[in-house]
Amino acid sequence: MLKIAVCAKQVPDTDIPPSQFKVDEDELQVIPPAGVPPIVNGFDMNAVEAALRLRDEGVECEIVIFSVGTAFALDVMKKPLAIGADRLVLVDDETSEALDALGTARVLAAAIEQDGGADLVLAGRQASDWDQGHVPIMLSELMSAPLVTLVRNLAMSAGGDSFEVERVAEGGFQRIECPMPAVMTVTNELGEARYANLRGIMAATRKRPETRTIADLGIGDVANDGKLAMTGLFVPVSESTVEFIEGEDEADAGRLLALRLREAKLI
Amino acid sequence: MSVGVLIVGEVVDGGLHPTVRQLVNAAGQIDQDALLCLAVDDAFDVGALDCVRVGNVILLEHPNAADDGVGGVYSLVSELVCEAIERLQPSSVLIAKTDAGSVVSARVAARFAAGLAADCVDLTVNPSTGRVAVTRPVHGGSAFAVYEFAGDGLQVVSVRPGAFEADVAGGTPEVERIDLSGVSVSGAVPVLVETVSEAGEGIPLEQADVVVSGGRGLGGPEPFENLRELCGLLNAALGASRAACDAGWIDHSHQVGLTGKSISPTTYITVGVSGASQHMAGCSSARNIVAIDKDREANIFSHARYGVVGDWAKVLPAFTAAVAELAGKETP
Repeated sequence: MLKIAVCAKQVPDTDIPPSQFKVDEDELQVIPPAGVPPIVNGFDMNAVEAALRLRDEGVECEIVIFSVGTAFALDVMKKPLAIGADRLVLVDDETSEALDALGTARVLAAAIEQDGGADLVLAGRQASDWDQGHVPIMLSELMSAPLVTLVRNLAMSAGGDSFEVERVAEGGFQRIECPMPAVMTVTNELGEARYANLRGIMAATRKRPETRTIADLGIGDVANDGKLAMTGLFVPVSESTVEFIEGEDEADAGRLLALRLREAKLI
Repeated sequence: MSVGVLIVGEVVDGGLHPTVRQLVNAAGQIDQDALLCLAVDDAFDVGALDCVRVGNVILLEHPNAADDGVGGVYSLVSELVCEAIERLQPSSVLIAKTDAGSVVSARVAARFAAGLAADCVDLTVNPSTGRVAVTRPVHGGSAFAVYEFAGDGLQVVSVRPGAFEADVAGGTPEVERIDLSGVSVSGAVPVLVETVSEAGEGIPLEQADVVVSGGRGLGGPEPFENLRELCGLLNAALGASRAACDAGWIDHSHQVGLTGKSISPTTYITVGVSGASQHMAGCSSARNIVAIDKDREANIFSHARYGVVGDWAKVLPAFTAAVAELAGKETP
């Protein structure tokens, strides 16, 4: 049976309006708005969906979610379970906050290894908080496994020993055949994750995450620290200079907008 | 031999990727005598280097350098760059954060356990420490973070495409060739079966002088027909927010934003686009933003020059009719 590891990260809700996005410039931290729960990174949910589609196509597989972080919101992290993932492994460690991409990749590699390895490691193309997309690339480097980035379609080859992949490229896409084990990053072009049904939600409620600390993984000092230090964090100030066009009604405003744009030689 | 900044340039179709000259300008912020290395095969046109303002150019020659881009997902290029770093011992490596650059920079950083500052929009040297400091957008552009390197290890910096102007000063660098044909990729690699180009509909977004985009506020696929009509009248390209693409209302090739296309039109008209930071990241170079949205508090209006607050279903038809009338007056 194929073992698929999906790396998923808990991030602040991206639907927070920019006006409510606040940072603590002294503590160099994002201040989560009160009452808005975190989400599973959207691209990581696309990766979960990619795994589920392999199963839909008849590939017998175990889908295990791996996450590194702390202060996990369990009902949030269980979302992949509710739509069909089998298990959830949380490396819950306060020191994970200080990890850079390489440190995080080292922890994920160890967690996957300790869990018996994987034939396929999927992750979102980047996390919506720090927007880097380095962890899966580094994971492929650490696992010495082939890498395909920006996957928009994924299937098993007829022989069942490799993957047929479409990856997004400038002006089109590329068809790639990838041997296993492999690491792939999934992009939103693949499609949104399916909705959970009641049965799935009930099943996820009963499942318990398998929790570990970094020390449990027996890999010693994983931090790649002392290389790069954040010295500032700020929200850019944008001074609104918008000129609102108003008319007798909404249609009139639309008409006047066209005239104003012509006057300004913008259309 | 030990050098300061090593620029890793991208090669496309035997020439320089547009980001190379941007990197030259970016490198100038921290080192006037940066070296530029390029992984090339025989087909590379050395004439392309005539006006690159760097200390020297080093060609990392390998017969398969150009083929590696895709199937190998840049593993050979990564190996060639790692080999160059071993030989040249630079203090910093500068790469563009393109698809290829993302992979190469992350592989290099992992290989050398280096610090990696990604997607930077500004570079400086801290005068008191002599270390490189960078600024990069985070949280989809909602915030900016400043980082400074520490320690003595290799410093890897990837630069956001378009963040720096292309260098036009030019120069006559000496070209040195290093034969790296002995370098190979160990282990299994993906194989490129074919590259399929998908010609998008209408005018390419990146080249259009006017772009019209629709967002979540449109509520479904049908209103994009209205936008297509408007595009036809304005000779504009059709864009969309990620939300609209993910909802399946329009193909992802129209997506404008952090993970979609970056556009720089003179006039950018948005309809039902709230202006999430990740969308604004793709249109920050638009010169004039014109927004139609029902929510006066929407973020798009903080960036717009002109705006109409209202229901698109009422505003847009009247706007389009007026545009058609203006167009009609000119071409009787």
